[in-house]
Amino acid sequence: MTLASALKPAAGAVTAPVLTVEGLTVSVRSEGRLRPLVQDLSFTLNRGETLAIAGESGSGKSITSLAILGLLPPNVSVTAGRVALGDTELTALPESRLRAIRGDRIAMIFQEPMTSLNPVMTVGTQLVEAIRAHTPVSRSEARTRALDALRAVRLSQPDRRLTQYPHELSGGMRQRVMIAMALALRPEVLIADEPTTALDVTVQREVLDLLRDLQREMGTAIILITHDMGVVAEMADRVIVMRHGARVEEATTPDLFARPQADYTRDLLAAVPRMGQGAHRPPVTAAPVARLSDVVVRFPIRGGLLGQVTHNVHAVEHVSFDIRRGETFALVGESGCGKSTIAKALVGLVPHAGGIEIAGQPTDSLDAAGRKALCRRVQMVFQDPMAALDPRCRVGDLISEPLLIHGLGSAPERRARAQDLMARVGLSADQADRYPHEFSGGQRQRICIARALALQPDLIIADESVSALDVSVQARVLDLLRALQQEFGVAFLFISHDMAVVENISDRVGVMYLGQIVEMGTRAQVFGNPRHPYTQRLIAAVPVPDPLHVPPPRPRLASEVPSPVHPAGSGPARVRLVDCGDGHLVAEAQAPSLSSSRP
Amino acid sequence: MTDATGADPALRPRGALARLMRRKMALFGLALIVLVVAGALAAPLIAPFAPDEQMFDGLTLEGAPLPPDGRFLFGTDLLGRDLFSRILYGAQTSLIIGVVANGLALLIGTLVGITAGYFRGWIGAALMRFTDLMMAFPALLLAICLAAIFQPSLWIVAMVIALVNWVQTARVIYTETTSLATRDFIAACRTLGAGTGRILFRHILPHLVPTIIVWGTLGISTTVLLEATLSFLGVGVQPPTPSWGNIIFENQTYFQSAPWLVFIPGAAIILLALAFNLVGDALRDVLDPTQRGRD
Repeated sequence: MTLASALKPAAGAVTAPVLTVEGLTVSVRSEGRLRPLVQDLSFTLNRGETLAIAGESGSGKSITSLAILGLLPPNVSVTAGRVALGDTELTALPESRLRAIRGDRIAMIFQEPMTSLNPVMTVGTQLVEAIRAHTPVSRSEARTRALDALRAVRLSQPDRRLTQYPHELSGGMRQRVMIAMALALRPEVLIADEPTTALDVTVQREVLDLLRDLQREMGTAIILITHDMGVVAEMADRVIVMRHGARVEEATTPDLFARPQADYTRDLLAAVPRMGQGAHRPPVTAAPVARLSDVVVRFPIRGGLLGQVTHNVHAVEHVSFDIRRGETFALVGESGCGKSTIAKALVGLVPHAGGIEIAGQPTDSLDAAGRKALCRRVQMVFQDPMAALDPRCRVGDLISEPLLIHGLGSAPERRARAQDLMARVGLSADQADRYPHEFSGGQRQRICIARALALQPDLIIADESVSALDVSVQARVLDLLRALQQEFGVAFLFISHDMAVVENISDRVGVMYLGQIVEMGTRAQVFGNPRHPYTQRLIAAVPVPDPLHVPPPRPRLASEVPSPVHPAGSGPARVRLVDCGDGHLVAEAQAPSLSSSRP
Repeated sequence: MTDATGADPALRPRGALARLMRRKMALFGLALIVLVVAGALAAPLIAPFAPDEQMFDGLTLEGAPLPPDGRFLFGTDLLGRDLFSRILYGAQTSLIIGVVANGLALLIGTLVGITAGYFRGWIGAALMRFTDLMMAFPALLLAICLAAIFQPSLWIVAMVIALVNWVQTARVIYTETTSLATRDFIAACRTLGAGTGRILFRHILPHLVPTIIVWGTLGISTTVLLEATLSFLGVGVQPPTPSWGNIIFENQTYFQSAPWLVFIPGAAIILLALAFNLVGDALRDVLDPTQRGRD
């Protein structure tokens, strides 16, 4: 946050608050009892101010925003307190009057822009509908306003966007459309529920900049709901920290970060991964467990009458690196850059060209038995632990399943091993008879890690394995991974979009862009001396959890990542890596151009 | 969250059967099924009359069937036969059709759907095109062809129903399997080195159980009536052998004057389907660990 915006609320603070919440209690009715989700929450929101409500999952921050809008689920209700928008008591209003206020005076942006836009309606139709629902204007007038709104959020080619469907836009563009829709009617209050969580860092940066600019122009008050303390530090004037439905602490942003009062706030801030915190570790020089040379993964797109391949998605293009025993190699990049595809190629979930060697053994010449044996050496931990565990199996069975598949040990031995592994990842052995849904997110990820360890692999691929977890849980899982690495000497391929996490955990880093590695080296080389402009942009885009940090000036660009889809027969220009000292590989200075034919 | 190992011993996970027994509706359904099966097996012992005995005093003086009374529990039909006895004997036929033939159809449909849905590619395409072909093929024509080749009998009907009725199940199971196959936990299984059989039957099939149960119970009433249609065309059981379907079929034109002749066998079919549905529903909940503790 800049100094100027820090001083801004003082100017407008004399006026009455836009939104007042007093003693708000929201409860869910289950089994005939009322259980509070939000307890006795009070705050005010002034014009032009940004109030952040921060907390981990289950803290009641999203329920609070739904309660303000009167959008609570059927069995959840406001049981005490009041919400007032200016002079209007929202809690007392009937649904029909609330509907008129929603979108018009209070607007909301949701976390996942794809699911909050109707996929079968064009962007224009949805915008026009939103505008005409609240203001009696003609269709063409509404269209003009929609166009203005799209211009205001700096979307390229706004005319064309009006006729496009949501799936034709990228994630960042969709979130801009959502913001345009929310701000088209110039609401007094904008509630943004995790507006950037589903976006890449560079896109997050653009969306945050945009929100701040728009707020300055329109004077909208923003309630920003987030779990990301970096976003809080950059955006908010004031912060409310919530936990278990109650307010833990409320302070101005600089105060909160400089002098956190509550223990919970201190823990929360301590758990936030920060750049430059990673402990120095000696370089790993052991033999490689996995070696990728010139790996290419392309997905054909068929078209035409005879189903010929007309285009290829160039997901991974000529990627080479190796992972040494006991080392953590991190792949970073934005969504769609091919980092998860590499993981899938490694475990044989997608076909690839080029060579992959696991423990000195090439994988492409293997028969079925060889492939199965390979599974014992390479294991994977997925992003969403709930999705990766069969909900109908007991946890003990899930953890011992790999042993069963590979015919290792007798039933009691497998059971003992499962309990042993559970204890090793910090779960108690008597939980083995429970089902995945009975655990919390962090515990589920521990179950996945235990399952991956069951076969004592040489390499564990962690594909965004901590991204879906709360920061405090994330910190503990990262600690666990580090401890396991020391104990078992297992190598990690750590795939993440989170630069701060990568900086904390990795030994070596590869930065991927459009299917190719553009920079690779030790952590100190890549983070301490980023050479490639893309790496620099990624690092600069990470929100810094320090309100006094003044971000370096940077161009506000609404650039889009070029498409990895190329017509059959042509492809992206191959990036050539050159060594700029001590194995620090950087792509040769050339703009990654779109098309150049290659046989 | 913690109910599974909570202090209340009644909530601890136990055998699926024990948990099933704790549900009243499931017990009711189970009792109904046992009653029907027992009635069908013990029909010669229980039935007050022979099913094909055309009784002289089973009709009014004008020749109309008698409504239910003390002597004829469910009344008599147009030929003066005791309906109660016919229902008991008919249960044999209808159970074979509704449970065995329908179950066979379900099995074929599930196997075809799950295989096509998991493998996709040319195997899936071939299986699903075959399914489409069967869907378009008229069931009656197939039945008549088969009846022309073989002796018409109950087993021909059962075979025809099994051969015709699996297609809808296959379609639905196919769609569900395709979406299940892309889920992360299946990918996770594959990275563990799990074989196809294990993935299909240990990890995909349990998720299909609710669908299979719904289609299975829906199938009971439709197959019982389909049997009546086929029998009417001379393919299946021949008169005077009773089945619930053909009792309805014979008498539906007299619905106005003798409603019990349609109503009672109809109620029997509905009750049987309901019984299977109740047990099926309870089974689904009992077998689904995520539903536990919600009853």
